[in-house]
Amino acid sequence: MSPVLAGVLQLLALMAALALAYVPLGNYMARVYSSTTHWRVEKWIYKGIGANPDAEMRWPAYLRGVLAFSLIGVLFLYALQRLQGVLPGSLGFASIEADQAFNTAVSFVTNTNWQSYYGEQAMGHVVQTAGLAVQNFVSAAVGIAVAVALVRGFARSRTGELGNFWVDLVRGVTRVLVPIAAVAAVVLAACGVIQNFSGIHGVGQFMGGSQEWNGGAVASQEAIKELGTNGGGYFNANSAHPFENPTPFTNLFEIFLILLIPFSLTRTFGVMVGSGKQGYAILVTMATIWLGFTALMMWTEFAHHGPALDLAGGATEGKEVRFGIGASSIFAVATTLTSTGAVDSFHSSFTGLGGGITMLGMMLGEIAPGGVGSGLYGMLVMAVIAVFIAGLMVGRTPEYLGKKIGTREIKFAACYILVTPALVLIFTTAAMALPTPGNSMTNSGAHGFSEILYAYTSAANNNGSAFAGLNADTQWFNTTLGITMLLGRFLPMVFVLALAGSLAQQKPVPVTTGTLRTDKPLFTGLLVGAVLIITGLTYFPALALGPLAEGLA
Amino acid sequence: MNTSLTNTARLLGAGLRALLVLTLITGVLYPLVVTGVAQGLFPGRANGSEIEADDKVVGSSLIGQSYTLPLKEGQETPEPDLKWFQGRPQNGLGTNSVNTQYDLILSGATNRSADNEELIQWVKDARAAVVEDNSVSGYTIKPSEIPADAVTSSGSGLDPHISPEYAALQIHRIAEKNGLTVDQVRQLVDQHTQNRTLGFIGEPRVNVLKLNIALKELVAES
Repeated sequence: MSPVLAGVLQLLALMAALALAYVPLGNYMARVYSSTTHWRVEKWIYKGIGANPDAEMRWPAYLRGVLAFSLIGVLFLYALQRLQGVLPGSLGFASIEADQAFNTAVSFVTNTNWQSYYGEQAMGHVVQTAGLAVQNFVSAAVGIAVAVALVRGFARSRTGELGNFWVDLVRGVTRVLVPIAAVAAVVLAACGVIQNFSGIHGVGQFMGGSQEWNGGAVASQEAIKELGTNGGGYFNANSAHPFENPTPFTNLFEIFLILLIPFSLTRTFGVMVGSGKQGYAILVTMATIWLGFTALMMWTEFAHHGPALDLAGGATEGKEVRFGIGASSIFAVATTLTSTGAVDSFHSSFTGLGGGITMLGMMLGEIAPGGVGSGLYGMLVMAVIAVFIAGLMVGRTPEYLGKKIGTREIKFAACYILVTPALVLIFTTAAMALPTPGNSMTNSGAHGFSEILYAYTSAANNNGSAFAGLNADTQWFNTTLGITMLLGRFLPMVFVLALAGSLAQQKPVPVTTGTLRTDKPLFTGLLVGAVLIITGLTYFPALALGPLAEGLA
Repeated sequence: MNTSLTNTARLLGAGLRALLVLTLITGVLYPLVVTGVAQGLFPGRANGSEIEADDKVVGSSLIGQSYTLPLKEGQETPEPDLKWFQGRPQNGLGTNSVNTQYDLILSGATNRSADNEELIQWVKDARAAVVEDNSVSGYTIKPSEIPADAVTSSGSGLDPHISPEYAALQIHRIAEKNGLTVDQVRQLVDQHTQNRTLGFIGEPRVNVLKLNIALKELVAES
C-alpha cells in the first residue's frame, strides 16, 4: 500500500469515527446545557462557589463571570509558577521568571497553550497537574459556555437572559470534559503514554551509561490537551514525543479527540435551536474547509518541494517515522484549524506551502471546526456576516434563525472579525520594524518573516503552535504575545456575548418564502465563500511575503 | 462606587472559589485516579515501556538512543559505532540550556525550513555519510536508494524507529562488522519490521533498540 493511500484511509477512518460520535455526543451536550436538574456533587460545588445555580444572567453578568474567573485563573497560575522553587513536588526546578510566567499563565487560561519554556526542564508536578492541566479543563469549559450562551441567544426570544455562567462552566467540566478525558487517558496509557510520578530518574542505555527521564502525569494531561483543544505539551516536542504519542494508533486517536467536541457542538447547536438541519449546514461548512485543507496539505507534503526536502527525497524533516507524512499532514491541519496547537511534527520544516496552510488555517479564525466552543461561536458570527452579505445582494433585511440581523448585530459581528487580524498585523509589523525581535529568528528571509507572522497568528487566534525556530523566550515576545493572546481571546468573547444578548431580546420573525434558507447547500456555499474571501483579503499581503514567497521560490 | 467595589470583590471571590474547587477535581482527583488505574492495569507501559537485555534495563522501546563510539579527544560529536544499526540523525537535540541541575534528555526538532542553508548542508553530509558508512566490499550504496528518514531529523529528536528501507540499507555493513551472513541479518530485520496498524494506520517501521538487542543476542550465539 502506498503512503498516500494509507493517509487517505486514515482520514476516512477518522471521519467515520467522528460521524459515529456526532449525534450521540451532540445530543448529550444539548441535554447537559439544557437540563434544569443539578447533580449532587454540582450542588456542593455551587455552594462552595457561593453562586445560585438557578439564577439567570443577562449578557453583562455572564461576561463578568467569564472575565472574573479568567482573571483569577491568570493570577493563580502566575503565582504558582513564581512560587515553584519553594513548592513541594517541583523536581528541583526553579521558579519561572516574571515575563515567562505571565506569558504561560495567559497562554493556558486563554486556551492557547503557547509554550516559551521547555516542558521537561521547567515545570514540576505541581505546576503541570494543579496549574496547567486544570486550565486545560476550565479554559475549554469557558469556551463551550460562551458558545452555548450565543446559541441560547438564537434559541430564546423576548428575554435578555443567557443562562448561568457558573452552571455552564461546572457542567462542562463535570459532565463533558472529565468523563471523556478520563476514558481517553486510560486508553492512551494502555498504548504506552506514561502516567506516573517518578520524576527525574536515570535509566540504563544499550551502549552503557544512562539517560535521564522526566516521568510525570502525561496521559491524564495529554487526553485533556487534545480534547479541550489546548495543545500544551508535557514535553518540548509535544505530541511528537514518544511518551506523549507512542504509536500510529494513539496519533489517530489524538486527532480524533481534537476534532470530537468542536464538530459535535454543531449538533448541540442544531438541537438547541430546534433544527438538526441548521446544525448540519454549519457542520458541512466546517467539514468542507477541513477536508479541503487536509487534501492540500497532503498534496504539498507528499510532493515535498524545497531544496533540502528535494535533496532528502521526502518531507520527513521534523516528522516521526511511525506517523509518516500522511498522518502528520492530517494532524497539522486538525491542530491549526482548531485552537489546539499540539504538534506531532514540526511545522517550520514543512514545505513552504504546507507551512502556509497551517497559518491560513489559524487565520480563518479557527472555525473549521475550531476550538471547543470558540469554533462554534466563530462560525456562527461568520454565518451572521454571510446572511448580511446575502441580504445586501437581494435587498432584504437579513435574518438568521428567525432573528433580524440589524445594525447592532452586524456591528458586533464586524468588530469580532476585526480583532484578530488587527492584533496579528499590528504586532507583526512592530516586531519586524524594531531592531531586536528579529534576532530571535532561526531561519532568514521569507521563512524568518513567517516565524514571526506565525507566532502572532498563533497567539491572536489562541492556537499555540509555532514555527518553533523562533526563540520566543525573550521579554519582547513573552510580553507582546501574552497581550495578543489575552485580547485575542476575551475581546471576541465580549462581542459574542453582546451579540447573544441582543439576539435574545428580539422577537422571532416568521419564516416566509423570501427568507434565505440557512439549512440548504446554497447557504453552506455562501458561508464557505465568505470565510475564505474575508480571510484571504485580510491576510493575503502578509502571506505573500512569507509562505507564498518561500513556496513559489 | 463602594457597591461596585464590593460587587467586584464578591465576583472575584466566587471566581477564586470556583477555581479552587475545580482544581481539586481536575488537578488532584483526576490525575490521581488515572494514575491509579494506569499503574494498576498496565504498570509497564505507564512507566515508560522499559526494555531489558541480560536482566538490565537498557532503555525504553519508545525512545531512540545513539549508538556511538566513545568521544575521542578533540572531537565534538562522537562517531557512530558501525557495529550497530543506526537511527535517524538527531540534529534537533540541542544542549541543555534551561536547567543546569540535571542532564535530562531534551526533546525537539531542528525547526529548519526547507530552504535553510544549514539544513541543506546537514542533508548533504548525512547522505554522504550513509553512502560511505554502508558501502562495504562488493556492495555499494547508490544515492538514489537512500530513504528520506535516513538523512532528516525527526520531530522529537527521539524517534525510536527507522524505515525498513533504511534498515535494509545497513544490512551488509552489519553483517560484515559482526561476522554474520547477510541472510542472517536480513532475517533479523524482517522479524523486527512492524507493519502499519490494521494495515493502514501509520507507516512500516523498525525499532532500532529492539533490533540491536536481537543483534547482540545473535552475535553472542554465533
